[in-house]
Amino acid sequence: MKIMKLSDLPVKGTCRVVKVSGEKAIKKRLLEMGFVRGTEIYVKKVAPLADPMELVLKGFHLSLRREEAKDVLVEKI
Amino acid sequence: MNEKKRIKIALAGNPNSGKSCIFNALTGSNQRVGNWAGVTVEKKEGYAKFGNYEIEVVDLPGTYSLTAFSMEELVARDFIIKEDPDVVINVIDSTNLERNLYLTTQLIELGVKAVVALNMSDEAKHKGIIIDIRKLGELLGMPVVETVGTRGIGIQDLLREAVAVHESKEPLSRHIHINYGGEVEEEIKKIQAALKKDRDLTEAFSTRWLAVKLLEHDKQVRDDIIAKAGATDVILKQIETSHAHIEKILGDESEIILADARYGFIKGVLHEVYIHRAFDRITISDRIDTILTNRLLGIPILLGLLWVMFQTTFTLGKYPMGMIGGLIGHISAFLSNTMPDGLIKDLVVNGIVSGVGGVIVFLPNIMILFFFISIFEDTGYMARAAFIMDRVMHTLGLHGKSFIPMIMGFGCNTSAIMGTRMLENKTDRLLTILINPLISCSARLPVYILLAGTFFGRNAGNVIFAVYMTGIVLAILVGRLFRKTIFKGEAAPFVMELPPYRLPLLKSVAIHMWEKGSVFLRKVGGIILAASIVVWFLMSFPRTAEYKMEQSYAGQIGKFVAPVLEPLGFGWKGGIALITGIAAKEIVVSTFGVLYNVGENEVDRMEKLQNALRKDMTPLAALSFMLFTLIYIPCMGTLGVMYRELGSAKWALFAVGYSLTLAWLVSFVVYRGGMLLGVR
Ligand SMILES: Nc1nc2c(ncn2[C@@H]2O[C@H](COP(=O)(O)OP(=O)(O)O)[C@@H](O)[C@H]2O)c(=O)[nH]1
Repeated sequence: MKIMKLSDLPVKGTCRVVKVSGEKAIKKRLLEMGFVRGTEIYVKKVAPLADPMELVLKGFHLSLRREEAKDVLVEKI
Repeated sequence: MNEKKRIKIALAGNPNSGKSCIFNALTGSNQRVGNWAGVTVEKKEGYAKFGNYEIEVVDLPGTYSLTAFSMEELVARDFIIKEDPDVVINVIDSTNLERNLYLTTQLIELGVKAVVALNMSDEAKHKGIIIDIRKLGELLGMPVVETVGTRGIGIQDLLREAVAVHESKEPLSRHIHINYGGEVEEEIKKIQAALKKDRDLTEAFSTRWLAVKLLEHDKQVRDDIIAKAGATDVILKQIETSHAHIEKILGDESEIILADARYGFIKGVLHEVYIHRAFDRITISDRIDTILTNRLLGIPILLGLLWVMFQTTFTLGKYPMGMIGGLIGHISAFLSNTMPDGLIKDLVVNGIVSGVGGVIVFLPNIMILFFFISIFEDTGYMARAAFIMDRVMHTLGLHGKSFIPMIMGFGCNTSAIMGTRMLENKTDRLLTILINPLISCSARLPVYILLAGTFFGRNAGNVIFAVYMTGIVLAILVGRLFRKTIFKGEAAPFVMELPPYRLPLLKSVAIHMWEKGSVFLRKVGGIILAASIVVWFLMSFPRTAEYKMEQSYAGQIGKFVAPVLEPLGFGWKGGIALITGIAAKEIVVSTFGVLYNVGENEVDRMEKLQNALRKDMTPLAALSFMLFTLIYIPCMGTLGVMYRELGSAKWALFAVGYSLTLAWLVSFVVYRGGMLLGVR
């Protein structure tokens, strides 16, 4: 299965988290929001100006900038 | 046994879990809003009664976790650890159990006595989610009560359980350990062993909790240990070895492993407690959202809604504003007629009543504005507005949520700054507050209208537009500059939940409006009252036989600063006008009236004033003056809220300093640059 950055996932794409890297503060926040290994993420849409992205995971909706989504490695499903 | 007992309960929960609703239902109108000491995070306290218990309820800031990662988390965690509430009520959104339980795992780790309020249980049922609450309580080691915050359902049960837990009469209540897996547990034990060598530490906290936090690279706990422990070296060494060991064996950093384990624990719990769980279907909320954040329609709809908000604020606000203005006029006339002539009368009528009255007329506007703001917040639209505008705000180094306060600044910076409360991150809030006064508020418009009308004739509209644009451009530049210098590296990640759309609750909207209104009134009673008296004093002393403003202290200050203003193209009269404009910017216009001896009631007063101004200033100087008015010192009211919201005089003074410098520089460049180009 192909490993890619969450920021590269197309709208309406689904993926599973492999790993969160990046700076400490943001990593911690993402981890506690549920970006742990195996979590399924659905890219619902992007904002009118193309950034941020709206994600659905664990039954809630989250807005995340591409800049930060770059630090999330996922595998597409 | 009629003796009153007092206990303290803290409410903890994720943002949007309905914590405010539960708090309101618990305490009724019996509540107080303040700030947590030293930080500008809102603190709400109230009282509830149950049996012969008098219960103090403290609403902790909404957080996703207790990692001391944001100001809110730090405040919440410090309260739980240091103030040691008797019971913590953990408010949970039952339609979003998985993530909400993450905070619960942290409460479990802390080993506090807790009750879970399974809120939004109506919504969960509606969605077809059925939860075995007894089982959930067993697995978490804390009793669980289903609640509906909006309708006050389950509130009595919640209090009963809290009291039972406090009295240790609740059989479900017990300590449980979240198992992090063999390797990690091993390391936790080793760190615990190192910690236990230190008596002081083990008395204050559970060593297991400390060990877990240390493994997670928790900076605060680490600093605490370094400050308190005797054998720091041993402990720090052990932590380092443990980190290295975990990373080597498990191939991931310990934070990731721990978060994984907590979510693993939650998964295990959920597996047992979901009796039925419907799978996501397209909800009404989703349908609303496809329109409101539509690629093409999203921005126009947002702008349209803001337009409606402002129109209503100013058109609907006009009526009560007129009434209050009329009332103040009557009071003023009544006092003029009844009080004996003299200093006291002058102070009361021209100082206090006109000063305070000039600000208090904005109360209706502020209340209406916050009516809209709280509707936007409670429906969940605010998060969408931030989502839509984040890209734009990001270029200023700000958060999408700063968009609304920035736009509100066009109306009035005072209310805009009060609106920054919805920004969770402290740096974002500081930055938004500091640059907000560059957004030209409506009080500055009369000044532009007078000067542009006098000097630029047909082009007046364009000039005013250019001044507004200058403000926006400066806000962008200053924002970026501050972000790169003062607030370097403090950018908060934009990880924002988009809660489902909900119908707003009239009661909570009313509470919100009332809170903002009373904050504003308190400010009027305090700082504005004081400043009005100071301005009055400066304008009316020293007493001379025939009153001349230029001889007053204000006039003297005006003349004193004249040399500094000279290079900008305007002299001491401009100086006086600007000084009085600190009270409220529209006063600049009336000061010009006084300075050029144009009476309030003369029919052709506008024309006279314009002629007088034309003799004294060139168009270029007028433009320079308008820009100075735009940028220099925020008005008194704004300074007052700045001081309140920034939590320190230091930042308010910084705002004064930077705005004066910037105003001077911009006016200088425009005026001198214009002269060089041969413009006059
Ligand atoms: N259906 C339903 N809505 C609720 C309940 N509790 C709160 N709400 C709504 O959820 C939204 C967020 O509530 P609020 O108390 O402001 O959340 P907070 O951010 O946790 O303080 C508001 O629109 C409330 O009216 C509940 O039990 N059931």
